[in-house]
Amino acid sequence: MITLSHFIVLGAVLFCIAVASLFINRKNVIVLLMSIELMLLAVNINFVAFSRFLGDVAGQVFVFFILTVAAAETAIGLAILVLLFRNRSTINIAEIDSMKG
Amino acid sequence: MIDPSVFQLVCFYAFAAVTVVAALGVITLRNSVHAVLSLVLTFFSTACIWLLAEAEFLAIALIVVYVGAVMVLFLFVVMMLDIKQEHLREGFIRYLPVGIVVAVVMLVEMLALIGVRTMHEAVMGANPATAAGLSNTQWLGQALYTQFLLPFEIAALILTVGVVAAVALTLRHRGGTRHQTAAQQVAVKASDRVRIIKMAAERPATETPAAPAQNPETKP
Repeated sequence: MITLSHFIVLGAVLFCIAVASLFINRKNVIVLLMSIELMLLAVNINFVAFSRFLGDVAGQVFVFFILTVAAAETAIGLAILVLLFRNRSTINIAEIDSMKG
Repeated sequence: MIDPSVFQLVCFYAFAAVTVVAALGVITLRNSVHAVLSLVLTFFSTACIWLLAEAEFLAIALIVVYVGAVMVLFLFVVMMLDIKQEHLREGFIRYLPVGIVVAVVMLVEMLALIGVRTMHEAVMGANPATAAGLSNTQWLGQALYTQFLLPFEIAALILTVGVVAAVALTLRHRGGTRHQTAAQQVAVKASDRVRIIKMAAERPATETPAAPAQNPETKP
């Protein structure tokens, strides 16, 4: 039988893979955007699992909203990325330092 | 004959293994296009896992919206930009131990928090949607259009703002292009284009001065 912990462990593993990606791919903006997608996916797995096991529809509604916001975020993020590449000819984070942050 | 619950568990492990391996591929593959395709595989096998959890609408929405639209957008951008890969891989080996240590420590902490043994008794019960005599889509839609109507409208607004922002960010006005202004073309009047003037059909012959070329006999 599939139990609740199966789903949550899978979500935790995916989330940790995404966090590791933030450390090892710290130069490539595209891979960083993809690891944000992986994190949101891990959270969505948890929402779906809890919605199913607690019998509450709110979890699946939240997954719906997370998908919506993530799609908008990806579109704007990629637009910024295209703009950045057009102006600086690079997507290397180490070279994007004009704001001196 | 295999027990259905055991078969479900075997399917879950297979899909979960594919998901984790594809997610590892996303973060380690050298080629960005391969990484995006690996992310597509991750989303697809996650949709299969959601089907096992009987969240059918969200599983199909994940494939249609994410794999069909967002990942294609990613592929567009990755293929459109001419990215030199070798500089982006600097520090991969250097930060690999840190990344692995942080990820493993986080995973151990989360697993300790979840308490795999204690929650093992929480087996999947009856589907709440079918218990209410509804399909998953009906169950989700009824909550979405009644209880969550205002957030639903706000989500639509967020998508609209996202579209406008993406277009406005990448719009570029280049000088020297000869594009037509539709508003000016529509607002033009006939009097601006054609001027009708009154004049005589012909002039009197006496007033025209005689040109020197017209009477060559006066020349010596």
